Amino acid sequence: MGVYEVLQIIIPSAIFFAAPLIFTALGGVFSERSGVVNIGLEGLMVIGAFVSVVFNLTFADRFGELTPWLALIVAMVVGAIFSLLHAVASITFRADQVVSGVAINFLALGLSLFLVKKMYGKGQTDQIQVGFDKIDVPVLSHIPVIGPLFFSNTYIPSYIAIIFAFVAWYVIYKTPFGLRLRAVGEHPMAADTMGINVTKMRYIAVMISGALGGIGGAVYATIISRDFSHATISGHGFMALAAMIFGKWHPIGAMGAALFFGLAQSLSIVGQSIPFLKNVPTVYLLIAPYVLTILALAGFIGRAEAPKALGTPYIKGKR
Amino acid sequence: MKKRRFGLALSLVLAAGTLLSACANNGDKAGDKKGFSVAMVTDVGGIDDKSFNQSAWEGLQKFGEDNGLKKGRGGYDYLQSQSDSDYATNLNKLVRSDYDLIYGIGYLMADAVGQIAEQKPKGKFAIVDSVVNKPNVASITFKENEGSFLVGVVAGLTTKTNKIGFIGGMEIPLIEKFESGFRAGVKAVNPKAKVEVQYAGAFDQADKGKAIASSMYASGVDIIYHAAGATGNGVFSEAKDLKTKDPNREIWVIGVDKDQAPEGVVKAGGKTYNVTLTSMVKRVDVAVYDVAKKTKEGNFPGGKTIEYGLPENGVGIAPTQDNIKPEVLKAVDEWKQKIIKGEVKVPKTREEYKQFEATLK
Repeated sequence: MGVYEVLQIIIPSAIFFAAPLIFTALGGVFSERSGVVNIGLEGLMVIGAFVSVVFNLTFADRFGELTPWLALIVAMVVGAIFSLLHAVASITFRADQVVSGVAINFLALGLSLFLVKKMYGKGQTDQIQVGFDKIDVPVLSHIPVIGPLFFSNTYIPSYIAIIFAFVAWYVIYKTPFGLRLRAVGEHPMAADTMGINVTKMRYIAVMISGALGGIGGAVYATIISRDFSHATISGHGFMALAAMIFGKWHPIGAMGAALFFGLAQSLSIVGQSIPFLKNVPTVYLLIAPYVLTILALAGFIGRAEAPKALGTPYIKGKR
Repeated sequence: MKKRRFGLALSLVLAAGTLLSACANNGDKAGDKKGFSVAMVTDVGGIDDKSFNQSAWEGLQKFGEDNGLKKGRGGYDYLQSQSDSDYATNLNKLVRSDYDLIYGIGYLMADAVGQIAEQKPKGKFAIVDSVVNKPNVASITFKENEGSFLVGVVAGLTTKTNKIGFIGGMEIPLIEKFESGFRAGVKAVNPKAKVEVQYAGAFDQADKGKAIASSMYASGVDIIYHAAGATGNGVFSEAKDLKTKDPNREIWVIGVDKDQAPEGVVKAGGKTYNVTLTSMVKRVDVAVYDVAKKTKEGNFPGGKTIEYGLPENGVGIAPTQDNIKPEVLKAVDEWKQKIIKGEVKVPKTREEYKQFEATLK
């Protein structure tokens, strides 16, 4: 296999691998920028995956090709509602945000598996029949060299994820809403003095993270696993969390980190069939993504600085 | 202070509850006992997991029906485990209910079975898919290499590109059995075919399965055999996506453990296709039935390891055979007979595979 053929395999699979991570990591950016730690991303993905698969199985006959898109929207809504639990516990009741997030993770998996058992009478759902199709983007896929790399054999949600990252960047850095969001996360008391409703901002941010986490889980389930079981989402929420930190709490950074994870992951997989990597024992290729991440974190990125008020509940009037 | 006292009271009540419920279990022991009774403990999958546990329960139900037993105490029954910590408790419960034979289903339960078997030397136990070296435990394992050989024959005779893929979960001796048997099957009928082997490093990461499948199919592989549990879901999803994109392309997946034909159904261009070529099934039901029968007849194989292979009908290809050509099925049958007669020895490890390959030349 030549280098070009290898790239042709690595890049599309990196992009599809990264898509769910990008959505979820963006959700994390919103929540954490407002000062609320969201360990619950994994749980939100689980809920998104569960809802989208159930919706797809139930309504595939009625909506046909539209089903996966509607499933994404439903997963988004349910994800946002589910994240309210985290918001209520950690903002209104000022519970420890990490504990509340962990609770979300446990609850999501337990609840969704319980419901699967009740609805289908078995431990996992059937496979969905209607998913997102692999497509060649019209016109763009015919561009020589980069066409086959970036625009062939891909899924539309992957592009949406990348577009979303830029939208998130615009919202957080270029709109009044984004400024308030960041202010609330850096110095809530100052923001409060300026008349910003800290509680409301944080609620909105956590719900956005729930919505995006839900989409992330739905994209994963629809494109990759095609069913829902206890093993569907295994650690991807935490990878998204890592991508967010890796990306320094910046939407574009988070996207870049997610793509980097995807690239490292697919390199480790495809590496086994690349001639000059063939003699490397599999185990080194499998740990490569993690080693690369550590190196990148330690070497290139520099200090990652969290929003100042991250993890501290805001109590009005308290200095 | 008040809170703490309340907490203390609460924990006392809970502790008392546990003690009392334990008493209740002890009280059960006095039930009168006649005839043979058998029970199993599932792992967290439950008896409807479409895999091991379900298959084992079917075997037990059949045994019960054939011998006029009733479901429940003194007949046949099961206990489901909700988490790993339930295994020992459930096994203990069954021992106390005087079951003559108690199964632990799945290798996850090996430790618990060993532990309880030591504590209850008079109880009879059996473990499926693992080996426990205790005089009162029968270990049930399968010759996955023989079943894999047969699906290898199917793959070798069906491939058009002469490139076949194998995706394993983890690089452990058990999966090596699948790999070696499969490669031997392919080589035996189609020496020109090349088998690409890749391990995902996990049994529960569909994304890795999908990425590996994507790279294999892109490099010209047309059939992939997966022995990777839920990681294999990714293989199916990739195959189905490719089929949707180009319904004329012939790509196949070979399933594992159970008949995975339902996983391969895909609709493309108004037509329904199935990308599952065949599956290598493990007949846990057959093994469970057999050990129960032996035990009933007084031949409990305690301390022994029984391997179920083709002659015992413990492994084989799935009943759904719509995608296999008739002449291929015929060849599968011929090889099956050869293995049963002992004319062909199917390799279990990579070393044995090398020797096997040498004998073909």
